[in-house]
Amino acid sequence: MTKLQNFLKGIIKENPTLVLVLGTCPTLAVTSSVINALGMGVAATVVLLCSNMAISALRKVIPDKVRIPCYIVLIAGFVTMIEMIMHAFTPDLYEALGIFLSLIVVNCIILGRAEMYASKNNVIDSAIDALGMGVGFTLALFAMSTIREILGNGSWMGISIPWLSENPISIMTLAPGGFFVFGCLIALVNKLTHGKGVKKKDFGCDSCPSAYMCGKRPAQSCGKDGEDK
Amino acid sequence: MKSLIIILMTSVLVNNYVLSKFLGICPFLGVSKKLNQAAGMGVAVIFVMLLATAVTWPIYTYILAKNGLDYMRTIVFILVIASLVQLVEIILKKYMPALHASLGIYLPLITTNCAVLGVTLNNINDSYNFIESMVNSLGCGLGFLLAMVLFAGVRSRLETANPPEAFKGLPITLVSAAIVALSFFGFSGVVDGLFA
Repeated sequence: MTKLQNFLKGIIKENPTLVLVLGTCPTLAVTSSVINALGMGVAATVVLLCSNMAISALRKVIPDKVRIPCYIVLIAGFVTMIEMIMHAFTPDLYEALGIFLSLIVVNCIILGRAEMYASKNNVIDSAIDALGMGVGFTLALFAMSTIREILGNGSWMGISIPWLSENPISIMTLAPGGFFVFGCLIALVNKLTHGKGVKKKDFGCDSCPSAYMCGKRPAQSCGKDGEDK
Repeated sequence: MKSLIIILMTSVLVNNYVLSKFLGICPFLGVSKKLNQAAGMGVAVIFVMLLATAVTWPIYTYILAKNGLDYMRTIVFILVIASLVQLVEIILKKYMPALHASLGIYLPLITTNCAVLGVTLNNINDSYNFIESMVNSLGCGLGFLLAMVLFAGVRSRLETANPPEAFKGLPITLVSAAIVALSFFGFSGVVDGLFA
């Protein structure tokens, strides 16, 4: 796989949000406005890039048995740094993202890439992988927040749109609209790719990066049967 | 007492963690296929939330906040929760194999669940005292269980439905989650109305 393909796979073929369906909580929660979505995307991308590089550099040092706690500590460290930086330089965005900024720690995309990619590949490849995935995540958030902000608030990045801003469908910026738009976007991606993206058998254990934690367990333990690890 | 009931009802019905705050979506979508699994997951989440709050609140108040280390809370909380859950799982496996068989299988999955970390951080951000934090955690856990069980019922109907090809699987599940979330809007104002 060339470096360009490695980068592009995160954006289209293995888009973390719309194809792999990871990190759903921030995707649904912060996309009520475009600015918040972009802030979240950039913050997660920076954490992903740093953690992927650090984990890849340390992959021969970290003992296999305690690798998950090690990854979590590394990721939590980077998240704390980003939190402090955003608190200092972009206080409005810090307030708007609120708890979801801290929750980047448990974002499945980051731990998932650490486990699936960075622990097996060199630093350069891991950095490219992280950038691709981060950009894919950001673009997905951008697309979703564009739909939600235009329909729900009649504005785009704070610029109000003439007719729509007088007749907003405000349910779109609320919780049900998040689920609805996300469902429709995934359906659209399914339609466009005709299932040519990464074959996802189900969205139970296969997509859950925590599955390694119950890897030794009976397969039905996490809602998926007849599927070995 | 009244304020505790308000906190409980608010976190169960109005600010439901799954359906209005978007925390813990992964297990909500992943483990809600069968009713018994959904209930098992819900009970495990309640248990871990209470346990995590009981441990992280004193750690934050008496160690971190006292020494000006409050910026360390994300790191400390996730580590404490992860090790605590592992410990409980080992104890359950050794001494209560029956309980472990029904509940323990979900424990490792929820270590890195954002609902658990979220509730511990929210308790601190909302500056609840210890009792209020425990009640809030109980409420969030109950709300999670309620959402899981309700949604498992909805999904059993989806199994027999025939949506358009592109909507099969996850998309139609999300659209039905939107409708369930919409139904929870009916609860907004209920708590204010009850205790006004």
